[in-house]
Amino acid sequence: MPVAIQTQNLRKVYPAPPQRRRNYGTPMTPLGSAVPGSMAGREILALDGLDLTVEPGEFFGLLGPNGAGKTTTIGILTTRVRPTAGTAAVAGIDVRANPVAVKQRIGVVPQRPNPDRQLTAIQNLLFHAAYFGIPRSVSLPRAQALLDQLEIGDRGESKVDQLSGGQQQRLMIARALIHEPEILFLDEPTVGLDPQARLALWDILLSLHRQGRTIVMTTHYMEEADRLCDRLAIIDHGKLLALDSPAGLRARAPGGTLIEVTLDGDAAPVLAALQANPALNRAAANGEVLSAYARRAGEVIADIIRAAEQAGRQPLDIRLTPPSLETLFVSLTGRKLD
Amino acid sequence: MTASPSPWKVFRALVRRDLHVVSRELPFFLLRTTLQPIMFTIVFGYLLPKMGFVQRGYTGALLPGILGVSLAFASVQAVALPMVADFGWTKEIEDRLLAPVPNWVVAFEKILSGTAQGMIAAFFVLPVARLIMGPVQALTASHIGLIFAMTFLGAFAFSAFGMLLGTAIKGEQIGLMFGLIVAPMIFFGCAYYPWRALAAAPVVQYLVLINPLVYVSEGMRGVLTPALPHMPISVVAGALVLISGIFLLLGLRTFDKRAVT
Repeated sequence: MPVAIQTQNLRKVYPAPPQRRRNYGTPMTPLGSAVPGSMAGREILALDGLDLTVEPGEFFGLLGPNGAGKTTTIGILTTRVRPTAGTAAVAGIDVRANPVAVKQRIGVVPQRPNPDRQLTAIQNLLFHAAYFGIPRSVSLPRAQALLDQLEIGDRGESKVDQLSGGQQQRLMIARALIHEPEILFLDEPTVGLDPQARLALWDILLSLHRQGRTIVMTTHYMEEADRLCDRLAIIDHGKLLALDSPAGLRARAPGGTLIEVTLDGDAAPVLAALQANPALNRAAANGEVLSAYARRAGEVIADIIRAAEQAGRQPLDIRLTPPSLETLFVSLTGRKLD
Repeated sequence: MTASPSPWKVFRALVRRDLHVVSRELPFFLLRTTLQPIMFTIVFGYLLPKMGFVQRGYTGALLPGILGVSLAFASVQAVALPMVADFGWTKEIEDRLLAPVPNWVVAFEKILSGTAQGMIAAFFVLPVARLIMGPVQALTASHIGLIFAMTFLGAFAFSAFGMLLGTAIKGEQIGLMFGLIVAPMIFFGCAYYPWRALAAAPVVQYLVLINPLVYVSEGMRGVLTPALPHMPISVVAGALVLISGIFLLLGLRTFDKRAVT
């Protein structure tokens, strides 16, 4: 069996958006001086040489902040985005050379539900099945079973607009499964869901995973990635920063608890006073925020506060984050997920 | 694993979807696309002749033109409006872009669906306009096959044009598009006057030849009122085939650019 997904040196550069819309949409990395020439500084580099391999049956997570390149990656793998360079293969099939064969093998749950609003919930499933050549005699019982499984079995005849956001999202999952694809792609499937709907969706995804389906999911929720995924790729600015199991990634988190102290002024003088403190790792000043890692946070907080007072600063807020994917992420990217 | 369905099978499923949706929306669609030509018919085909401002014979030139406008306007709208909405905000078309066929099959189906809707609009307006105008000089239904063929050609050309407009133009510019492109097309499309009569203004007569609606209007004259002056049917058919081909190629290309970014 070929690997489920393989990308090699995948690169995507979007042409510049129109000038007046520059400040809208997801922030991505402007190429700036990276590309000399007339277009420099106007194009958007979404993927910058991404290499990924996903094994069959794996629950694979793409974790990163908005604009990291997650949706672009999913877009390329689902034939909706044309890569600028590099290769991408799904089920051993090159997405550029044979998009039709790729589409036959994948199911896609979009970031925002996009049901056919002219149709009822079950018609959405039946017509989608028909687009895959599945006769109604097969698709009708399958559709009803999927709606039941997703606990919207009684909403089959409802118009899509009468479904709640969570119900629409579940309808999208049913639609992605109606033709029994080998590989399921989900782009931020739980954004905008209430906590209860999110938990219900997690159960559904885990049961699909137990059935042996390959699942690729993007998320910017740490907990979601931690709970669901076999392996996680942390990406930012279109680059792969780390790739491992959630436990493996946690083990790589920089030692100790992340301490962030917000001061009433510039944190740099405080940092200078703390440089010699052996209990602090990777101390850094970022504007008014001083951050550092420590094995025993409780013991060094007093040192930090003392150093702050000596430098004439008052601490306004102290935040502790135990070692986690979150602290790893911050140490890799220098920024928080949301 | 299931084998890929044939593109033809997928195409038929796409047609069934549009049939299902369009048949339910048909009254609203007809109201939206044919009200304007019908009101025009009332003023220019009934009131003005009755008041004596235009000769009764005018209706012979007007009726085919009105059909041409209805056909073109309905075909453009049937494709352009859903495309603008689907790619602009609803994203509804994405489920069809996941179907295991090349994307152009999805676009081509939309154009054919628009063609059918344009033809329905024309065949709805024909009896209504005839009823409003009363007896129309030289009107004959004896070339029914030709009428169908000409209606199809015109509707197809304008559906393909709708695909181009709907995928090349941003959602917020749709109003501008109808104001700047479709409206002048209708006024200078020889719908309300035969092309031959433009000999009175020779510059205009040759300028309007770039307007696809001219060939639809003249084509409708050729098949509905063949005894009245009109462009030769062979010229009209040739022009419409050429125009259809150009709009089809451009429309499929802009569709693909929206479907795969």
